[in-house]
Amino acid sequence: MALTARPRLTKDPIYEGTRIPSPIPTVLEVDPAVKDTDDILTVNFGPNHPSTHGVLRLIVDLDGEVVVGIHAKVGYVHTGFEKNMEQKSWWKAITYAPRIDYLAYQNNELVFVLAIEKLLGLEIPPKAAWMRMLLSELNRIHSHLVWLATAALELGAISMFWYAFREREMIMDLSEMVAGYRMHTRYFQTGGLAEDIPAGFYPECRKFTESMPKAIEDYDALLRKNEIWEERTIGLGLLNRGDAIALGQTGPVLRASGVDWDLRRDNPYLLYDRTNFKVPVYPGGDTYGRYRVRIEEMQASVEIIEQCLDRLERMEDEPWIADDRKVVLPPREELHTSMESLIHHFKIVTEGYRVPEGEVYVAVESPRGELGCYVVSDGGPRPWRVKFRAPSFAALEGTATMVQGAYIADLIAIVGSLDTVMGEVDR
Amino acid sequence: MTFGDVPGVVETREAFGETTLVVDPDRLVEACSSLRDDHGFDMLVDIAATDYLGWGSPGVSGYIGTAQGRNLNRPSTQGLQALPAPKPKRFSLNYHLLAIKPGGPRVRVQVWLDDGEPVPTVVPIWPGADWFEREAWDMMGIPVEGHPYPERLLMDEDWEGHPLRKDYPIGGEPVRFSGEE
Repeated sequence: MALTARPRLTKDPIYEGTRIPSPIPTVLEVDPAVKDTDDILTVNFGPNHPSTHGVLRLIVDLDGEVVVGIHAKVGYVHTGFEKNMEQKSWWKAITYAPRIDYLAYQNNELVFVLAIEKLLGLEIPPKAAWMRMLLSELNRIHSHLVWLATAALELGAISMFWYAFREREMIMDLSEMVAGYRMHTRYFQTGGLAEDIPAGFYPECRKFTESMPKAIEDYDALLRKNEIWEERTIGLGLLNRGDAIALGQTGPVLRASGVDWDLRRDNPYLLYDRTNFKVPVYPGGDTYGRYRVRIEEMQASVEIIEQCLDRLERMEDEPWIADDRKVVLPPREELHTSMESLIHHFKIVTEGYRVPEGEVYVAVESPRGELGCYVVSDGGPRPWRVKFRAPSFAALEGTATMVQGAYIADLIAIVGSLDTVMGEVDR
Repeated sequence: MTFGDVPGVVETREAFGETTLVVDPDRLVEACSSLRDDHGFDMLVDIAATDYLGWGSPGVSGYIGTAQGRNLNRPSTQGLQALPAPKPKRFSLNYHLLAIKPGGPRVRVQVWLDDGEPVPTVVPIWPGADWFEREAWDMMGIPVEGHPYPERLLMDEDWEGHPLRKDYPIGGEPVRFSGEE
C-alpha cells in the first residue's frame, strides 16, 4: 500500500504568534469599529442543522460572506450522564459510558473500565487486552468513516457517504458478532471481556483487514486528487502548534497542527507498547491536514488490528477475564453446582462490588483525541463522581480561533473537520 | 519529577501512580504559572469538580453505606469496611495537567473550596480552561473569579441550581416550556 502524500498546496503559510481571541478565548468578537454599521449581519446557525453533527448552535457575525465574529453555544443534549452514573453500581454504570460518545462507544467503555481496574488494582489477562485493542481500533476506523462520510457530504461529495458506510457496515457486523449489538456493545467488563470471543470472529475480521486498505485507497483517490476538495480544505481552519496546545486540542486536530503526540505511543495503555504503528503528523494546521491524519490513522489502525489478530489466534484457550471472584461474575456453568459461585453471582448482581477509596484519572486516545475519565470512589459499590474529559469539548473551544476570516461556506467544513460529537460535549 | 519549588503547595500525594498537588486557592495562579513555565505542563487537559457533601455519612442522595454497617431498611446498602478519610472542605476542583514531551508526565492540581468560595481563573495561563471553568460553575456552582465570560455553559442562563451537586434532587423536576410565566 503506497499512499504518498502530495506536496501541500500552500495558500497561506501558517500564522506566527497566536490568534486566540482575547479576553474570551472561545468567542470571536466583531471589531467595535464596524460592529454597529450596516455591514455586519448576525446569523443564527443551528442548533438543528445537518452539518452540526448533533445540536450545536453558532451565532455568526458576517461581513459580506466573511466570518468576523462567532459564539458557540452548547448544552442542547446535556443528559446528565455523569449524575446518572453516580446512582448506579460500578458494573451497571459501564453501560452509560458508550452512550456518551455514540460513535466511539468502545473507547468510552474502555476508559471507564480502565479507571475501575486502576482503582481495584486488577490485572487483566493478555487475551482481553489484545481484544480490547482490536475492538478499539475497529471502533476508531468506524468513527473516522462516519466523519469522512459526513464531512465529505457537507462539501457536496455525496458518493463518499455510500462508500464509507459500506465499510462501516462491515464493522457493525463484526461488533454484532462479538457482542450481540451493533453499537453500544458493553463488551468490556471489569477484569476483561463480558464473553469469550465467538468462533469464526477471526476469519471475518481478517476479511475486513484485507479489504480495508484497498477501500482507504479508494476514498483517498476520490478526495485527495479532487480539486474541489483541495480548494475547500487546504489552508483553511488554521491552527498553529502553540495555539493547539494552549487550547487543549488533542488527537487528529493536534497532530494536524504538527504536534507528534499520540497517547497510544506516548502514554501507552493496554499493550500498545508492544505494537508497531505509524503516527501521522501534518504541519499545515488546516482542514486538509486533519483529513489526511484521519485517513492515515485508519491505515495505522488496520495494521494494529492485524497485529492483534496474530496474537489472538494463538490464544484460543486462554482466559478472557480475570479470575477474581469478588469482582468478576463466576462462570455460568458453576452456578448449578457451586454454592459459593451462586453467592458471589448474587452479591455482584444485587449489590455490586466495592471499589477501594481513591481518585484516578485515566486517559485513552479516542478517535477524537484524549478521552479522559476522572473517577472518585468512597469505597462503596457506586462511583462517587465520574467526570469525562471529552476531546470534542476542547475541539469546539478552538472554533473561534480557526474560523477567523473564513467564508460562511467554509465554516461548515472547518467545524466539520473537528469531528465533534455533541453527545460527548454536553454529556 | 519534583514539585518542591511550586508555590502554594499545601500537600503532595502519590496514589495509584498519580501525583496530586493540593494548592492553596489564593496562590493557584502562581502555582499554575510555575507548573507551565518551569515544569513544562503546557496543556490543561481537564478541570473536574467534585462535591463531597455527605462523604462518609448516610442519608444523602447517592450515598450507600452507613458508618454502623449494613442498613436493612435501605436497599443495596452495605457497611463500608472502613470509613472514607474525611475531606477538608466540600468541593474539590482538580486541574489535570499534561506535558507534551517524552513520557507524557501528568500532574493533578487540587484546590479545596467551601460552598460559594471563589477560585481564581486560569484562563490567562491556559486559554482552554474557558469552558471547563464555566462548566464547573454551571454543574457544581463553583464561582470563578476573573473569568472573562462567567456564564452557564450547558444549562439555560436562567436555570436554578447546579445539577451535579449531591443535594440536587434526582427526578421530579418540573418540565419547563419557553414563554412560561
